[in-house]
Amino acid sequence: MREREIPRRKISLSIFFIPALILIIFFVIFPVLQNIFISFFSPSGEFVGLNNYFDVLSRREVVNVERLSRGFPLGALIHNVIWILIHLPLSLFSGLVLAIILRDVKGASIVKSTIFLGMVTPMIVGGLILRFTFEKGVGVVNALFNLLGFEQLARTWTAYPDTALFALVFGSVWLWTGFSMILYSAGLATIPKDYYEAAKIDGATPLRTFFRITLPLLKPITLTVITMTILWELKIFDIVYVATLGGPGGASNVLALLMYHIAFRQFDLNSAAVVATFLTLLTLLVTIGMTKYMVKK
Amino acid sequence: MKIRIRKIKKSTIIIHIIAWSVALIWTVPFLGILMAAIRPFSEIVHGWWNFSVFNPSFENFAEAWNHQTAPLGEGIGNSFLIAIPATIIPMLVASLAGYGFARFNFPIRDYIFLTIVLIMAIPQQSIAVPIFQIMNTLGLVDNYIGLILVHSAWGLAWIILFMRNFFSTLPIEIEEAARVDGASEFKIFYKIVLPMTLPALASVAVLQFMWVWNDFFLALILIYSPERLLATQRIPLMRGVYFVDWGVLSAASILLLMVPVLIFALLQKYYIRGMIGWTIKG
Repeated sequence: MREREIPRRKISLSIFFIPALILIIFFVIFPVLQNIFISFFSPSGEFVGLNNYFDVLSRREVVNVERLSRGFPLGALIHNVIWILIHLPLSLFSGLVLAIILRDVKGASIVKSTIFLGMVTPMIVGGLILRFTFEKGVGVVNALFNLLGFEQLARTWTAYPDTALFALVFGSVWLWTGFSMILYSAGLATIPKDYYEAAKIDGATPLRTFFRITLPLLKPITLTVITMTILWELKIFDIVYVATLGGPGGASNVLALLMYHIAFRQFDLNSAAVVATFLTLLTLLVTIGMTKYMVKK
Repeated sequence: MKIRIRKIKKSTIIIHIIAWSVALIWTVPFLGILMAAIRPFSEIVHGWWNFSVFNPSFENFAEAWNHQTAPLGEGIGNSFLIAIPATIIPMLVASLAGYGFARFNFPIRDYIFLTIVLIMAIPQQSIAVPIFQIMNTLGLVDNYIGLILVHSAWGLAWIILFMRNFFSTLPIEIEEAARVDGASEFKIFYKIVLPMTLPALASVAVLQFMWVWNDFFLALILIYSPERLLATQRIPLMRGVYFVDWGVLSAASILLLMVPVLIFALLQKYYIRGMIGWTIKG
């Protein structure tokens, strides 16, 4: 009886997966593969192997070697790297500090909600707010620099090549800190109170308690936050689109926007597919690397 | 009655001052666009924090709502038309699949699962060109059905993962009892399992709705008729040609922002749970 039952059960079970599979295969997996496929062909349909990659990835819009010592634009890839190098440590650190401070603050949930507002804000609005905040005259950042006596920094940041990217990067810390703060808060709530009591009895200093108990126990969360944040930084698009459109003169361009520009403004689909595949490769490397690291631990 | 005076430590006061000032600083950029939205530009041109003249009005909101080239009112209606089905469809589809992953063993399950995790990582740019071509052949470019399908498929990965994690926490005994009684797999799912998943579905609904509402990139590549543009697409169009009209732009931003902020305010619990669920447990 059992043997006859199993195949029948299998058929009825497959119904659970079929709708999801159809949607994912048609609108996610097939397009992703198709995109990789296109990246190996010339616009006239010839197979050109890796030639598109050599051509596109050596363009000045991706990495501008000559300008590396002279300032922006440095190329979209470098801009993404700069974004990660500044934004990741700043948002990670401020989120952790806030989560720790807010543990014993009255009204912490209101403070948290305020900081988290940036995460629910549509990024298209977020980018606009950044531009406004860094605008000369109306923006608060420039008033602050004037007040502190840095008159040369009091200007519309998004309008100058040497400050445009930084305005967006620092501004995006404001938008994204809520993410690490919320995850760290959730993580801190899972650490048993007795650990801290035991440490207190042993006479451990707060700093020692932090490095010996809190930080090691938060490690899985730190890894998650790092992974998700890097993915977000690599995919950044809306903020740049609405605030600067990658300008001035490409000084704040990023890979996702460059891909859009090549595909839908220059209509060079094959080159755009190269940028998209390259970007996908970067995100997969980050994910696979982190997953392996997490599994190993 | 004895009055007990609790000693408040100095460090406690300092921590409170820091925490509350951080919260205040965090609201400053939002206050900026709020002021720009409710005041004429001439008043804020030397900083919105100058209140020597203060004539608040809702003119900018009205102008943004009925904007000449990109009326936001129409855009907000369109965004709802996309976001509601693009939330419900993947919720239903992914609940089925998530349950399947949590309960049934089959040989290639782990590989499919790995694929789902990887899908969550890849950027939308990786499907942009082919999805445009596919929709073009299907006649679904500049058509809401096309965009709803892409959003549904794109949301499936994380919702399946999230729902699977939720289903694996449910006790299997009830389902087994029903199976012994001769109920079919599907009946067990929608009569017994689904009612228990309402809190998880609420989290999914909140997150997916916000994701679709806030999306800009997919709309940008698939929708282009002026009257069909979604709310997010209309914001960059309101910038103005010769100068940036901050009044209208800020008002439009606030209108667009209101929807996710209201959802967050009312359903915060579900939002946070969803957020933590799909990042940590995964």
